Amino acid sequence: MEKASASSWRRMEERYNLLANECKNCGAVYFPQRIVCRKCGRHTKMESRKLSGNGTVYSYTRTHSPADAFEEESPYLIGVIELDEGPRVEGHIVENGKEVTIGTKVRPVFRRMYADGEEGLIHYHFKFAPV
Amino acid sequence: MRDVAIVGIGLTRFGERWEHGLRELMAEAGVKALTDARIESKDVEIVYGSTMASGRFAGQEHVAALLADQMGLKNVPAVRIENACASGGSALRQGYLAVAGGIHDIVVVGGVEKMTDVTTAEATTALGGAGDQEWELAQGITFPGLYALMAKRHMHEYGTTEEQLASVAVKNHENASKNKYAQFRKKITIDDVLKSRVVSDPLKVFDCSPISDGAAVVVLAPLEKARQYNDTPITIAASSQASDTLRLAEREKLTEVKAAQIAASGAYRTAKVSPKDINLAEVHDCFTIAEIMAMEDLGFFEKGKAAKAIFEGETALNSRLSVNTSGGLKGCGHPVGATGIKQAVEVVMQLRGEAGERQVSNAEVGLTHNVGGSGATAVVHIMKRSN
Ligand SMILES: [Zn+2]
Repeated sequence: MEKASASSWRRMEERYNLLANECKNCGAVYFPQRIVCRKCGRHTKMESRKLSGNGTVYSYTRTHSPADAFEEESPYLIGVIELDEGPRVEGHIVENGKEVTIGTKVRPVFRRMYADGEEGLIHYHFKFAPV
Repeated sequence: MRDVAIVGIGLTRFGERWEHGLRELMAEAGVKALTDARIESKDVEIVYGSTMASGRFAGQEHVAALLADQMGLKNVPAVRIENACASGGSALRQGYLAVAGGIHDIVVVGGVEKMTDVTTAEATTALGGAGDQEWELAQGITFPGLYALMAKRHMHEYGTTEEQLASVAVKNHENASKNKYAQFRKKITIDDVLKSRVVSDPLKVFDCSPISDGAAVVVLAPLEKARQYNDTPITIAASSQASDTLRLAEREKLTEVKAAQIAASGAYRTAKVSPKDINLAEVHDCFTIAEIMAMEDLGFFEKGKAAKAIFEGETALNSRLSVNTSGGLKGCGHPVGATGIKQAVEVVMQLRGEAGERQVSNAEVGLTHNVGGSGATAVVHIMKRSN
């Protein structure tokens, strides 16, 4: 894991506010945002749009063999979430006692992701909680 | 365009090669390939060297120049090709293009990875760079995690079972037991796979290719001159490549690798063959689910039918189609940058009739399928015995 967090800061607004963008040429919605629309290939009318973060579990897995910044968290549940507004995104699924399977409805929550060492910065990220 | 042939091959044993660093591995495979092609170092015009993450695994970048130097090739141009796990196949394609286009005659393509000097978590992080760093790896989504997400969805849509996944590993270990270059020489059972430690469910340790050291090298030449260098040159009948989104979640489907489908259809068209003409295939089984999807993406089985067919032995050695006779990434090992070139080496051995105990009896047309990341790059080559 890269501990240098410039890229983490750079994406903060997008991540914290679930800021997608929409191509006003063809209607495609992207989260994370894209500069160029993958669907129609144009870039002239890409506009920011906030997402609800609500969605459905499209696939999921419990990871027992983590990358090296995530060893404390292991094992953890991750999923591909199909957001109500269309885009699919990977994210952690928070375990709140409710069953998780394909088709489970989820809502967004903000949680600690990992810390840069014992006294370092704590990184937060959206996660998804079963409804 | 000129026809291109493989006239020399060299391979190291794959596995934990503690006694050997990057340079020894490259020199070992390189010297074998030059000897096999009966050429001298002065004949080589360019080197394409592939490695995925030598900087992360061994602290060493600039690997193509090191490869050329360690093989004794003085002052030749040397170019590194990196396309994650498809680095080897991509380098082979660049070599092929250089010869086919008439720019160079004798081209060396070599791949290497030295992975066992770092911890498993460090290796997991390095391999995670094959996916989207900012939106996958930064959330702790590992490489096995991505394939597990694909496997779960495949099970959901097509009823694929954990036993069927396991049967891929069993077959590939069986083939690896007949390959002296393989990391694993021990046969395993479905039960061994099912009882192994969970990595990212439904994938267990035995569903995953291992962390490996190794190198593979081939020598290419124009077909019209190939017999100067080798009595049984093998023609590259097609070389085809495609890309897709780096991030898995953004693809239309999680149950296929679209880049592989596109690369495959391009390769079949160029080689003027269809999937039923292929006798053997080395496919990218980084995880057992990947081989199941490969069988479907390459058109060997209808979508959703491959898992059952593999379980029933239809892709075992010397069945209707022999798949991963080397043992694949699973059984032979997966030194990432070397893998795509090792696949070509195995197909050449088979087409020459030099595969010994694991020889495919009807080896006429072979295919290699090399995938990078969770499917953002795919490279397919088709090879035939030269007329
Ligand atoms: Zn558009």
